[in-house]
Amino acid sequence: MPSYVIPDKCDGCKALDKTACQYICPNDLMVLNTETEKAYNRDVAMCWECYNCVKICPVDAIEVRGYADFVPLGATVSPMRGSDAIMWTVKFRNGMLKRFKFPIRTTPEGTAVPDGGWETGTEDLGDPTLFSEPGSLGMDAVVTI
Amino acid sequence: MANFETVTVKTDLLIVGGGMAACGAAVEAAYWAKKKGLTVAMVDKAAVDRSGAVAMGLSAINQYVGLKEGDNTLTDYINYVRNDLMGVTREDCVANIARHVDGSVHLFEKWGLPIWKDPKGGYVHEGRWQLMINGESYKVIVAEAAKNAMGIDNIYERVFIVGPLMDGDRVAGAVGFSIREEKFYVFLAKAVMVAMGGAVHVFKPRSAGEGLGRAWYPPWNSGSSAYFTLKAGAEMTCQEVRFIPVRFKDAYGPVGAWFLLFKSRATNGLGEAYMQTNAEELQKWLPYGKVKPVPANLRNWLMMLDVMDGKGPIYMRTEEAINNIANEYKDDKKAYKKKMKELESEAWEDFLDMTISQAFLWAATNVAPEERSSEIAAAEPYFIGSHSGASGAWLSGPADIQTEESKKEYCWGYDCMSTVNGLFCAGDASGASSHKFSSGSHAEGRIGAKFAIKYILDNNTEPNVDDAVIEALKKEILAPIDRFAEFSKNTTDPEINPEYIRPKMFMFRLQKLMDEYSAGVTAQFMTSQPLLDKGMELLNFLKEDSSKLAAEDLHELMRAWENIHRMWQAEAHMRTIMFREETRWPGYYFRADYPEMKDDWKVFANCKCDPKTGEWEMIKRPIYQIFD
Ligand SMILES: Cc1cc2nc3c(=O)[nH]c(=O)nc-3n(C[C@H](O)[C@H](O)[C@H](O)COP(=O)(O)OP(=O)(O)OC[C@H]3O[C@@H](n4cnc5c(N)ncnc54)[C@H](O)[C@@H]3O)c2cc1C
Ligand code: SF4
Ligand code: SF4
Repeated sequence: MPSYVIPDKCDGCKALDKTACQYICPNDLMVLNTETEKAYNRDVAMCWECYNCVKICPVDAIEVRGYADFVPLGATVSPMRGSDAIMWTVKFRNGMLKRFKFPIRTTPEGTAVPDGGWETGTEDLGDPTLFSEPGSLGMDAVVTI
Repeated sequence: MANFETVTVKTDLLIVGGGMAACGAAVEAAYWAKKKGLTVAMVDKAAVDRSGAVAMGLSAINQYVGLKEGDNTLTDYINYVRNDLMGVTREDCVANIARHVDGSVHLFEKWGLPIWKDPKGGYVHEGRWQLMINGESYKVIVAEAAKNAMGIDNIYERVFIVGPLMDGDRVAGAVGFSIREEKFYVFLAKAVMVAMGGAVHVFKPRSAGEGLGRAWYPPWNSGSSAYFTLKAGAEMTCQEVRFIPVRFKDAYGPVGAWFLLFKSRATNGLGEAYMQTNAEELQKWLPYGKVKPVPANLRNWLMMLDVMDGKGPIYMRTEEAINNIANEYKDDKKAYKKKMKELESEAWEDFLDMTISQAFLWAATNVAPEERSSEIAAAEPYFIGSHSGASGAWLSGPADIQTEESKKEYCWGYDCMSTVNGLFCAGDASGASSHKFSSGSHAEGRIGAKFAIKYILDNNTEPNVDDAVIEALKKEILAPIDRFAEFSKNTTDPEINPEYIRPKMFMFRLQKLMDEYSAGVTAQFMTSQPLLDKGMELLNFLKEDSSKLAAEDLHELMRAWENIHRMWQAEAHMRTIMFREETRWPGYYFRADYPEMKDDWKVFANCKCDPKTGEWEMIKRPIYQIFD
């Protein structure tokens, strides 16, 4: 079923006009039921299990149940995404548990400077040198033949 | 007609799509536009933080040439791509990307992407051209730089782009609709950069239940780039060069790290390594059969031969690979344990960063890769010109990377501009320049954006589009909503109604005919002229019925247009397979009636569709070798 929502946990993002899961799903699948004020996945057979809704939900109300047409029941894979690392808990069907932690970024959120601090070596729009080059290439000039 | 407000946005450069190529275009265009007093807008159907093929993250950067390190030259990269594509590649375009791609990678690192480092501070390579990354937030980081460069007010999210607006033979913008509010969008622009990715679900996927969405390629890229460029009248190239990835079976987990980093073997059900036992077959595909690495499609083909012989399942020998590596440490117990733990973590991260479903499937089937092999299989065909396929628009190449004869054929002024004035393409939208992947798509977006700004300054006139044209497009685009409103009450079940077809069934109809007649999975990737003729007959019925699509709401309206986009991608594909009377990429598709590769077909097979008459034209273009 791919992603599903636990009703007791979902608070409809406190009825803000844009819920987090609805905002992030690249396939426009997560929607808020305006009567119950709970979110749901409207078309599970179009879900990529990308986990973006799971990672973004502020109250951990979204989980994933593997595709029923080929994944045996009983396993879970759950992320906890912080500002610089993600922690995964993998529970096997046979009960075995594994935990993995991986970095996700090396800079504070929001701070990406487009040119990376490199100057652009040309003013000429017809020149193959792109913005931030040649510095960002680590070379003196753009290669040609 | 549905009562949608029309919103008009005027800008100098419009970037359609918000993926890797578009985010590259955004940072580059923002820089030059600011200098020259121009405006740039970007529009995506989703949220750019997590849109496109990199939405989930990636575990590797697949194109890094290593020019500054002196690891490789442009010629090395061209040789690799030319051979992998069986000789069919635009060397000028590939070289143009290759000379800039490292710069994009260095920017990613500055922006905050963790790239693995060795003890000496160099990048850790997965293979010769691939870098290992902790890529869960790859797209978030690349989008952040794009947003910071563009300014959030110039980015339109959740607007689905349907097609182009034209001003004579020049592109004049794009039209689409919001998938959140009843608004019809008209973007007027002096140049347009198309970067809406490739296409999936044109062919029937292996899983047809819930797993339908778990294609290798993400279900949200639906051929919008191909539709947009075809509708503008642009010449297209390599529309026959689909990509069939061999991946872990069912969840489509990546195999790159296993083959390249862990040096794993793949064997059939009898334990035989098909790359060795079927090696003789490679002689039929010379000179490409003898190059190293063996081209992706030929590796597929050797595996498919075993599958057709009933020698499956095919296994990735993970346990053997892990033990081979760990054995190097067997005399030191502590080091052995440490190495095993490291390998385990690397293996799981490879999935968790980019195909979480595969980790799920391993957990659900109690797979410990160090103990047991896992099945791999050939997926259904996809259109992804940035990867190991090549489909996309035919573009102008760089002026300084040409021979005298190639210049006449490949270069008409502005890098990455299609044959339509002002229409630029990058990433999956651009053809015959495969193996650019995430990093090269970003670099190509940057190249195109710079030249688009140049084009605008050289041709700085306001786009002129008749209001009547816009009204007619609005009517056509919203028609599925009107049709549903008019007819859905005529039966007790809105799913079944003789007056219309809903997008999902329309998609299944397309997938079934492509699968069966155009060399999909159930046809074991094989077709022929009679099969294609039959398929084309069925596709024509589907085309007629596309005017009967019905949509209950905005979400379904998007689905309706996604499937019309897929249908156009399908037609370009089928027509080009038909045109090319040979088999050149046997592991991508096999023409049973022309089972061999032929010298006189060492050309580009291009096509275009006249926007006025709807007539298709098939064109042969020469392949010029620029690098030795
Ligand atoms: C499963 C998988 C694994 C991969 N692994 C790697 C890897 O390890 N390393 C690597 O370097 N590369 C990898 N790639 C390749 C890489 O993802 C692509 O090369 C790259 O994303 C192409 O960039 P793009 O901008 O052309 O398309 P995308 O990044 O897919 O962007 C397309 C954009 O267009 C938008 N869009 C689509 N249709 C519309 C529409 N109608 N209206 C408005 N917007 C629209 C989408 O929302 C999206 O934002 C992988 C690809 C896949 C599918
Ligand atoms: S993000 Fe979480 S809390 Fe918010 S609507 Fe979605 S499921 Fe509910
Ligand atoms: S897992 Fe991804 S595709 Fe599925 S609903 Fe969540 S965000 Fe959408």
